[in-house]
Amino acid sequence: MSHCEANALTGDTYTRRFDTGPAGDTLIVNMGPQHPSTHGVLRVIVELDGEYILRAEPVLGYVHRMHEKMGEVKSFTQYLPNMGRVDYLHALAWNWAYVGAVEKLGGVEVPERAQYLRVISTELNRISSHLVWWGAYLLDLGAFTPIMYAFDDREIILDLLQIITGSRLTYCYFRFGGVVADVTPAFVSGLTEFLARFKSRLPMYTDLVTNNVILRKRCEEIGVIDVDMARRYGATGPVLRGSGVAYDTRRAEPYGIYDRFDYEIPTFPEGDAMARYMVRMREMEESVKIIEQALAQMPEGEYLSAKAPKPAWKPGVGEAYFAVEGARGKIGAYVVSDGAKNPYRVKLRAPSYCNLSLFAELAQGVILADAVSIMGSLDLVIPEIDR
Amino acid sequence: MPDMNTLLAGIPAELTRLVLALIGLMAFIGLNGLALVWVERKVAGHVQRRPGPYEVGPFGLIQPIVDAVKLVGKQLATPAGADKFLFWLAPLLSFLPIFLLFIPIPFSENLVGLNTNLGVLLILAFAGLNVLALCLAGWGQNNKWGLLGAGRAVAQSVAYEIPLLLAVLAVSFQTGSLSLAEITAKQGAWPWQWNIVVQPLAFFLYFICAVAETNRAPFDLPEAESELTAGFHTEYSGMGFGLFFLAEYANMIVVCSVATVLFLGGWQGPVEPGWWWFLIKMYALLVVIIWFRWTYPRVRFDQLLNLNWKWLLPLSMVNLLATAFAVKLFA
Amino acid sequence: MISQTFKEAVSAVWSMVVGLKVTGRNFLQPQITVHYPRQVVTNLDTYRGHIELVAKDEDPFKAKCILCGQCENNCPSGCITIESVTRETPAPPAPEPAPGEEAKPAPKPKKVKELTQFMLDYNLCSLCGLCVQHCPVDSLRFSTDVYLAGFSRGEFEFELLEMLQKRGKK
Ligand code: SF4
Ligand code: SF4
Repeated sequence: MSHCEANALTGDTYTRRFDTGPAGDTLIVNMGPQHPSTHGVLRVIVELDGEYILRAEPVLGYVHRMHEKMGEVKSFTQYLPNMGRVDYLHALAWNWAYVGAVEKLGGVEVPERAQYLRVISTELNRISSHLVWWGAYLLDLGAFTPIMYAFDDREIILDLLQIITGSRLTYCYFRFGGVVADVTPAFVSGLTEFLARFKSRLPMYTDLVTNNVILRKRCEEIGVIDVDMARRYGATGPVLRGSGVAYDTRRAEPYGIYDRFDYEIPTFPEGDAMARYMVRMREMEESVKIIEQALAQMPEGEYLSAKAPKPAWKPGVGEAYFAVEGARGKIGAYVVSDGAKNPYRVKLRAPSYCNLSLFAELAQGVILADAVSIMGSLDLVIPEIDR
Repeated sequence: MPDMNTLLAGIPAELTRLVLALIGLMAFIGLNGLALVWVERKVAGHVQRRPGPYEVGPFGLIQPIVDAVKLVGKQLATPAGADKFLFWLAPLLSFLPIFLLFIPIPFSENLVGLNTNLGVLLILAFAGLNVLALCLAGWGQNNKWGLLGAGRAVAQSVAYEIPLLLAVLAVSFQTGSLSLAEITAKQGAWPWQWNIVVQPLAFFLYFICAVAETNRAPFDLPEAESELTAGFHTEYSGMGFGLFFLAEYANMIVVCSVATVLFLGGWQGPVEPGWWWFLIKMYALLVVIIWFRWTYPRVRFDQLLNLNWKWLLPLSMVNLLATAFAVKLFA
Repeated sequence: MISQTFKEAVSAVWSMVVGLKVTGRNFLQPQITVHYPRQVVTNLDTYRGHIELVAKDEDPFKAKCILCGQCENNCPSGCITIESVTRETPAPPAPEPAPGEEAKPAPKPKKVKELTQFMLDYNLCSLCGLCVQHCPVDSLRFSTDVYLAGFSRGEFEFELLEMLQKRGKK
């Protein structure tokens, strides 16, 4: 594409300024912060030549809530509910990242049963997150019905998670040394039912959407990220695996009890939007597999360690980093303690932030509709980007 | 008091008929537009496993009327920097020519506004006005998204009019007439006597082009809300938007009516031929268009044009040539 | 080459037909939505609403709370405010010294802290459950009250003790 060559990237994308105005016969348009396909309050400034995008610059910060700073003024325990709000779609992975870091810092043991509960709830949450992405992505591409079907399934997941966590979206389920509540028989039977149902729904999704020629044409060879580019920007999660790199934190740095399960890391080498799409679709199947195994292996026992820290507990001086695999990529929490009751510093690594940074380069030279498709295929959650 | 007949005698009968037809058509478009909104929402609802409108009136039947009242009641805002004249001309221009499109359509043997032997031509000619309206709307509103939408609308309409025309011409070649009444008359009552049996490819092409011409999903690019926020009608509020909306539905009714006449035997039916057969067939086609919308993602703009220039146009050419050849050979 | 192209075109059209079949089948299936308010969802018992006080087993008007302050101190959002008074219960009369014994010092009047007000600013609550989890006497629990609506923030500043007493009356 000639546009691509004419505007080959020079240096850092973010240093090219838009206050210089349009160059000649072009149009500068704000996509967002209230644009239907930016899902939340992301703003992208694009310069258009006809429908071709000459350059695009994401502008962040519209939902900055100072989560990291809040960590410094709240005690270790009090910071827990914040984690459900960073990424509202995969709240439990964030729960795990922070709880894991503090447990590492303070040397807190987690009982067996709690480990299994963590795996089950997090994987369920991953499925629900992917379902939302699936529906929203198809909304971006102009199909209205899939999101309704996705929400039909997701509703059951939310009902299930409500049984154990009590909330439907912003879960605060994990505690240092376990989880806050045990599963009930209703949850277990409901979960078994759901897994069977979900497996029978997946072929419908394939028929309706995945095999549809329009969708394929909208995704295939669109927004190709090669391995080098993915590495350069620090992409993780399905975006990286869609470029053929089998990097999954669950496998690469096993945490919790993920080494006990038999599951695949789906990768697709094409690197286009379709590859990322397929990775997520396959990941839902893998999550189902993990949940089934975890449910079968789960031992009896306590769900919250009897030696679990009290609320005013101080983990002692030190620092710890803990990474988990979220639905969007590698979620990291870095906690530094100077021995006081509040953390000295909390640093959160949000995968969407790195994945978004790919967008400016990817969007160059494509037409507007493809930019929407690319942005959807990155699966961005804006509050997570801003934190 | 002068007799009604003597009064009317001064006016040519054809003119009276035309005026009456226009009034009738106004009612027809209004009613069917509302009915179609209801059908669309019900179909959408049921496809998505929800009831659709059901609160207002029995089965939500009053809902479209309430919606219309809401639209009428809204303030008509003109955006700053817009070209006022063009901005408000556009919705009118998109809606008013619709009446002309209905005039030559035979709803039953006698129920036709103007029985002209150039009916097909008339419809195709005036259908072109719609794109002008979209273009003006996009240009006049001083909105960048609107401009992009208008650009898309023009390219799309211009491209898809050609295979549409060629598909219709194939039927005209076959029946040897441009009069809709005559085309209907040449078909029989039973489905195997309809033109769709002889011209399946033409029907297929016509239908795809019709969906594209009316800017319906999966070809709803001029308004593509996830890309262009709302495309050409981004800035319209109240009845300005309402007229575009109504025009879209009225256009759908037109293309489906024409398809009914050209390919599905018009008002003829196995038992009791009459306008009800016409309506049944027309609504069946409308429901299919609605069904499309709630099933497919949107195509991309260049794909849309590629589909047209690389597939539909050659296919319709081949179809036309084959028809001409067959007509020469067997007729 | 050409046949390949046409085969692809046919399979493309077929994939569209398959899509129509899926939506068509769903069209004929029963609806799954819940028509509030004629119907309500069935999973309200697992819903965690705002917190409420738990009454003593023997007295439905008194909360179990021992005023330890754990909940107030640990709430991440600072939405709990506890007010209490310290009442002196009059000392029981000193027993008559038995003859021959020295009189015992009169028993001191007992100081009892009593909960007078338990304010929850539900506007700020993040429903994290830390207060419920850490209450030493299980005096807090989640209500299942989903039907909360109001016109001002003030309506969501709950006095939990009052609510407890209202419940007790019922
Ligand atoms: S649930 Fe959490 S935020 Fe709400 S009152 Fe209890 S501790 Fe505070
Ligand atoms: S934690 Fe329980 S006992 Fe302590 S003050 Fe709060 S409600 Fe009362």
